[in-house]
Amino acid sequence: MNLECRKFDALVIGAGGGGLRAALQLSQADASVAVVSKVFPTRSHTVAAQGGMNAALANVSPDNWHWHMYDTVKGSDYLGDQDAIEYMCRAASHLVIELEHQGVPFSRLDNGKIYQRPFGGQSQNFGGAQAARTCAAADRTGHAILHTLYQQNIQARTHFFDEYFAIDLLMDKDGFVLGALVLRIETGELLIIEAKTTLLATGGVGRLFRTNTNARINTGDGMAMVLRAGIPLQDMEFFQFHPTGIAGKGMLITEGVRGEGGYLLNGDGERFMERYAPNAKDLASRDVVSRAIAVEVREGRGCGPDKDHVMLKLDHLGSEIIKKRLPGIRDTCITFLHIDPVEQPIPVFPTAHYTMGGIPTNRYGQVVVPVKQSPEEPIPGLYAVGECACVSVHGANRLGGNSLLDIVVFGRAAGNHIIEFLRENRYHRPMQNAQDSIDRALARLARWEQRREGETVDELRKELQKTMEFYCGVFRTRDVLEQGVKKMLEIEQRVAQATLRDHSQVFNTARIEALELENLVDTGLATVVSALAREESRGAHSREDFPERDDQRWLKHSLYYQEQNRLDYKPVRIKPLTVESFPPKPRVY
Amino acid sequence: MRFSVYRYNPEVDSGPRMQTYVLEQVPQGMMLLDALLEIKAQDETLSFRRSCGEGVCGSDALNINGRNGLACITPVADLKEPVEVRPLPGLPVVRDLVVDMDKFFHQYRAVQPYLIVHDPDPETERPQSPEDRDKLDGLYECILCGCCSMSCPSFWWNPDKFRGPAALLQAWRFLADSRDQATEHRLQELEGPYRMFRCHTIMNCVDVCPKGLNPTLAINNIKKLMLKHLV
Repeated sequence: MNLECRKFDALVIGAGGGGLRAALQLSQADASVAVVSKVFPTRSHTVAAQGGMNAALANVSPDNWHWHMYDTVKGSDYLGDQDAIEYMCRAASHLVIELEHQGVPFSRLDNGKIYQRPFGGQSQNFGGAQAARTCAAADRTGHAILHTLYQQNIQARTHFFDEYFAIDLLMDKDGFVLGALVLRIETGELLIIEAKTTLLATGGVGRLFRTNTNARINTGDGMAMVLRAGIPLQDMEFFQFHPTGIAGKGMLITEGVRGEGGYLLNGDGERFMERYAPNAKDLASRDVVSRAIAVEVREGRGCGPDKDHVMLKLDHLGSEIIKKRLPGIRDTCITFLHIDPVEQPIPVFPTAHYTMGGIPTNRYGQVVVPVKQSPEEPIPGLYAVGECACVSVHGANRLGGNSLLDIVVFGRAAGNHIIEFLRENRYHRPMQNAQDSIDRALARLARWEQRREGETVDELRKELQKTMEFYCGVFRTRDVLEQGVKKMLEIEQRVAQATLRDHSQVFNTARIEALELENLVDTGLATVVSALAREESRGAHSREDFPERDDQRWLKHSLYYQEQNRLDYKPVRIKPLTVESFPPKPRVY
Repeated sequence: MRFSVYRYNPEVDSGPRMQTYVLEQVPQGMMLLDALLEIKAQDETLSFRRSCGEGVCGSDALNINGRNGLACITPVADLKEPVEVRPLPGLPVVRDLVVDMDKFFHQYRAVQPYLIVHDPDPETERPQSPEDRDKLDGLYECILCGCCSMSCPSFWWNPDKFRGPAALLQAWRFLADSRDQATEHRLQELEGPYRMFRCHTIMNCVDVCPKGLNPTLAINNIKKLMLKHLV
């Protein structure tokens, strides 16, 4: 098969905030960059981030990056890598200011500085009073940042391949990544994009779960590509359930509601977070709040006729604050619930939200794997940033406001490292040495062109999402997880036999959904297998049969390999760059 | 509930046709996007764009009973049957409900939708008063769905030369930003009979904007500013 081939210095797959920030760094350094995205860039899921981006600007409360670092390490339940966390928190202020210079319309304080609001898990002075660290553009911060970064790339004349779907990485016999095979959705044509470096910025995999806050595009494409290339995924058992998704529907209601002064009530009208987190109350870490809501509902103190949710009260903030600071979630409530939060509380329940795990990287965005004695050897030419990656700055639980920060910090860091790599690797390596991986990707595509009876993609996706929700949810036990693994293996078999009804070429979204389903299966298995193995409770991973954190046995990162569903482990990088390390201690809010 | 959906696949169809679908069950609160996803579960050959499902990504702009809107925030209960679902008017149809948005995005890029500043960047954020920041409300929220420009007869006629309401709203977003320093340049770029002055204040754009934004007001503001710079 003769495939068209395009050559660039750098390939970026994914056009959310992480991909666009990296692309901008590269374009401004005069590297030739191709950004491949399965949707038009401003449709990427960064657009849906609401509350804001953390940086210790100290515009509202006293603050410094070291306190931010402490909160992030504690929030991660000590599974975060402290070198990467120090790097991120130190860079935060500089990068928020840079975004402001690039045009992000941040909300402002009376003195003209960037507005900051309190968010969960934020403290002054290493666990003291609540901090206000989250820089916000009303409750549309992700939208504001994504559009600005896209606009900056227009100015930098980055080359975009809009509505191209990445199929698989192309790797040569020496283990170098040489680019990717991509499919042009509009025509169904295949294309090889050859590049000296490939950066994955494909986002998370919230679509694993039936009720989630995520866009339909969040199907873990980059993570699955990495698995198929024989590279492991890290810490996939840690999946964040956001405390306040709209009950039964899943739309996100920002933590900023509680940051502005909203709070949760159970069916008895009790402000129950006071019992679970006496100091931080409604602004405890997300894992803590989500578990508290789940317990309230399970113990019969939920709201509504079925007592299956709790209420988020914010009417006391007054209509002016709500309209000014939270206009987006007000619209969402009016549209989907026909209630105006200016007058009525919002019914909420923990909802699948964020993938803490992902492609293992170091703080330069290089994808790293264990090789012999070394736990972290870079794969030449391959990078990953953002939700698809696991640096890991979020460890076992991400703090609100740290994901927009993550994508910008590590998007830029990866861009800078790629520029160095390009200096030392001036020529493209011969593509014929990657023929095996091209053939494998083509075979996977060809499989879907068999014309016979079989289950549909839609049925199987629904079943997968139900399975993950039921067998890999907020609370987990060995028994339930074992059944979950078994069911997911069955679904994997059935997906291998599923068929397409539509074999046309032009804008065939059914084919894209089939390929996305394969990606969901690969990442779903990674999640449930990793969850079964980890016999402790840490951050978002809550095992009822092992309710305590066990630092003796489990202060380590999981690595899941697709081959035989094998697990390996590697140490947490406890040592920061310049400061003293924060040793694990009991985590109370 | 009955739906009449525009179908066209250039590989097999000689021309477009309307296809009827029936959904037996219409749960309370069902949005048009939910209905289309149900229809696609029955017939996976139907193609349309969609992503966030809550009106923030701008993927699923369609012509719904003759009016442009986002499928994901349009309740089917409010729609007259059979619900006619067509691609956005005024652009080439790629397939079914998918249109080629190139011209729309070309016009967006043409207004230089990024902050232009000549002074060196300060070490901290550039100050902006809350009042100056308020001037960007109603402008920066645009999601580039295309509902407005594809409801504008002037854009239908001149998609190559007229910037269209979406792009002009962004032109004003940067003119209105107290941090931007390219006012003269931006105004010059909008002169001439087509780029902005093809707007005939028909106001379809205001009528259909799913985010409640007002491109006509933005265009008027640009005109006023132009006048001020002339005298």
